[in-house]
Amino acid sequence: MTRHIRHAGFFCALLLVALLVNAARVQVVQAPAYDRNPANRRPDIARYEQPRGDILVGGRPVTGSKDTREHLRYERTYTDGPLYAPVTGFASQLYGTTLLEHSEDGILSGSDPMLAPFPLWNDFTRARNSGGDVVTTLDPAAQRAAYEGLAGLKGAVAAVEPSTGRILALVSRPSYDPQPLSGNGPAAAEAWRRLNADRDRPMLNRAIRQTYPPGSTFKVVTLAAALDAGVVTDLDAPTDSPDPYTLPGTRTRLTNASRGCRNASVREAFTLSCNTVFARLGVAVGAPDMTATARAFGFNNPALRVPFPVARSTFDTSLDRAQLGLSSIGQYNTRATPLQMAMVAAAVANGGQVREPYLVERTTRPGGSILATAGSRAVRQAMYPSTAVRLRALMREVVEDGTGWRAAIRGSKVGGKTGTAQHGRRNSGTPYAWFISWAQGERDLAPRVAVAVVVEDAEAERRNISGGGDAAPIARAVMEAVLASR
Amino acid sequence: MSKAGITVATADPPAPAVRRLPRRRGIELALIVLAVLLSVYGYCAVGLARNGTVPPGAAGYGAGLGVLALLAHLAVRLRAPHADPLLLPIGVLLNGLGLVLIYRLDLETPGDRAAPAQLVWSTLGVALFILVVLVLRDHRVLQRYTYVCVAAALVLLTLPILFPAVNGARIWIRVAGFSIQPGEFAKVLLAVFFAAYLAANRNALAYTGRRVWRLQLPTGRVLGPIVAVWLVSVGVLILERDLGTSLLFFGLFVVLLYVATGRTGWIAVGLLLAALGAVAVGRLEPHVHGRIETWLHPFASIEAGEGANQLAQSLFAFAEGGLLGTGLGLGHSVLIGFAVKSDFILATAGEELGFAGLSAVFLLYGLLVERGYRAGLALREPFGRLLAVGLASLVALQVFVIAGGVTGLIPLTGMAMPFLAQGGSSVVTNWAIVALLVRVSDSARRQHDGQDGR
Repeated sequence: MTRHIRHAGFFCALLLVALLVNAARVQVVQAPAYDRNPANRRPDIARYEQPRGDILVGGRPVTGSKDTREHLRYERTYTDGPLYAPVTGFASQLYGTTLLEHSEDGILSGSDPMLAPFPLWNDFTRARNSGGDVVTTLDPAAQRAAYEGLAGLKGAVAAVEPSTGRILALVSRPSYDPQPLSGNGPAAAEAWRRLNADRDRPMLNRAIRQTYPPGSTFKVVTLAAALDAGVVTDLDAPTDSPDPYTLPGTRTRLTNASRGCRNASVREAFTLSCNTVFARLGVAVGAPDMTATARAFGFNNPALRVPFPVARSTFDTSLDRAQLGLSSIGQYNTRATPLQMAMVAAAVANGGQVREPYLVERTTRPGGSILATAGSRAVRQAMYPSTAVRLRALMREVVEDGTGWRAAIRGSKVGGKTGTAQHGRRNSGTPYAWFISWAQGERDLAPRVAVAVVVEDAEAERRNISGGGDAAPIARAVMEAVLASR
Repeated sequence: MSKAGITVATADPPAPAVRRLPRRRGIELALIVLAVLLSVYGYCAVGLARNGTVPPGAAGYGAGLGVLALLAHLAVRLRAPHADPLLLPIGVLLNGLGLVLIYRLDLETPGDRAAPAQLVWSTLGVALFILVVLVLRDHRVLQRYTYVCVAAALVLLTLPILFPAVNGARIWIRVAGFSIQPGEFAKVLLAVFFAAYLAANRNALAYTGRRVWRLQLPTGRVLGPIVAVWLVSVGVLILERDLGTSLLFFGLFVVLLYVATGRTGWIAVGLLLAALGAVAVGRLEPHVHGRIETWLHPFASIEAGEGANQLAQSLFAFAEGGLLGTGLGLGHSVLIGFAVKSDFILATAGEELGFAGLSAVFLLYGLLVERGYRAGLALREPFGRLLAVGLASLVALQVFVIAGGVTGLIPLTGMAMPFLAQGGSSVVTNWAIVALLVRVSDSARRQHDGQDGR
């Protein structure tokens, strides 16, 4: 009997070994796969177990966290949600994250390994770090000025600091409040459905995700290319341009909105925004040089991130001469985001250098100690400095006694360029009103701000829509706000 | 001895050494104190992790568990002074850990507090332990009650048929607000019956009857009653859809038959029957068929877009625990939902204590079983041997079936993890098992001392 008891005991030991081996399989070998299973809710629970870090504008958080005492415990809150939505995006338990909430999610949620006190420390303690904060470059006054300027309109504003590329304002209207999307209840689902069904597309970030034909504001790029290429040497010499101008190789006759463009000098043509003169200039510069200059300004760059991706602004590279002429006045396939056009104005203001724009000044640990600061950004020479000087003067003339007079600020140097972009089939759509500009305060050594404003459907009558009328006052308000700060 | 050492030259030659096993009651006491402290530590750890404070009931909980354990220890000192010193501390530690885990899960389910009731049942269990140790002076007395035991077991097994099914299984009876699982008690009675019957008839089983191929078939007169009892109990359990317990009884039957007769053929027959039964039940019973499907494809429901089932949630919990666990109170095994405090309690241990803690729990059970087997080996008379082996095997099989089920090793069958799971009948039964093992081990070690050499 003893022998058989031993056998039975051995059998029990075998069962024990099987249990131990299987436990090791589940808990050690297969554990990573189980942890990754989409039906495993633990990562979500851990993620929302603590308040999220904040996004700061002008030293104050524009976000917050609300303890719901539910399974997914903390929900995002927003102060001035619609005002900052084009920057913050939303952080929803159901629909994920967008914009800064998305690209800085590691810092905000606390999962970024940089937040750990020591390398591998968290792997050891299984602790999760408190979320860090993200400090933006936004100027709250400029942001508000832009937002209020667009009240009741559909459009966008982008403002950057020319010397650094810091984004000072990024506004898109109509906007939305990200707050109702934060949770995971039926209210969030209803808000999501409503926002997506809205024909005005409030969740579309028009400042960075939407491209528009830039219209006459693109003439800044064309003129920069012409001056750099030596096609234009004397700004005041007559250009021998016809009005209307028949596009080469076609019977399409290009006309002007203003009188006095026939045989106008480049200076006059820029101030009056003559399509004929600039279409001819573009053709004279030629596709290779035009393309190179546009690219130097930032066109055709699909990789721009601020840190969330910016839609690619385009300048077509395979063009016949007629298409080149149209492209040179910001029509045909030329398209730009408002941020891209702000970069164009900033390049002129900054001696021809384009600073890559950025939105995150620094990230910090919960206590406020700095985690990372905005590193040096790519700089490209978009034009010779001498060209920038001449363009600056021309842009100032546009504001001082041209179409951009509504952007003038007493006591400050302001340069601008209006644009009215035709679009739609046979240009039947309500034109987009553009205005790009820069401003330098009385005591500033260099321009402090460059702005681009686009208004999609101004409620004015069609023939009255112009960059000067609709967009310039908004740009002016933003520039004033920046110049007044500090 | 030391006094005699000086005069060793003139002393009588020493008496032939009697092999004396030390009683080791002091060690038992120390281990009990350790077990209680560990449980209180776990209780405090839950409170600290959840609320940042030691839970207000910690002192009361520790005192209650401590007093119970000390009373049990006194009973052992009084009436079973030679008993194995590990059995009682293991029971206390497992019971204490179970209370901690249930208390911890209660925090997540405020509407359904189970720990207070479990504490009451634990008290009853320890009381039964003390009663058995005090009253049952010699385990061989049980042999007299062979047929009382089997009758009681069959009555207890059939009783739930009269009561409505709960969650698909007819294994509960409800009396005055308490639900009792009579099958739990029946397993001890059946173990006693099997042990007594096989001890009485083992020679006849082993040496009479016809030989068929390589198997010595006992005569129907000898084998008949036991097979009948076994068939009835398993049949009833299948009717009640308590497949875990029927598997347990089957395993117990095969193990004891093998140990009693020493015939390997019984194991072959047992395995064959088990395989046939499993195939038949798995094919015919939709409930069981579903369990097998779930075991084979635990994540099928996720791929079908129906979310994670209980087994998948359990596996997630074990996986989250990893090597060292999340720490008591910091896991999310409550996601398992229904049965998290009963059938799936091990998942909480796995998640919050990790592979390390889970292995420790398994080893505690392993030690308990090993001590039971050791008592069986040390005894000289067949009834005690079979009883010890049967009770230890019950624990081993039950742990394997439920732990293997929740970790995806074998198909899931609903059963209570001994001492850990919520469930009064189970706790009381397991204390009875430990009490019987204490009693048997007392006899076994007393025998060695030569004081009771029979």
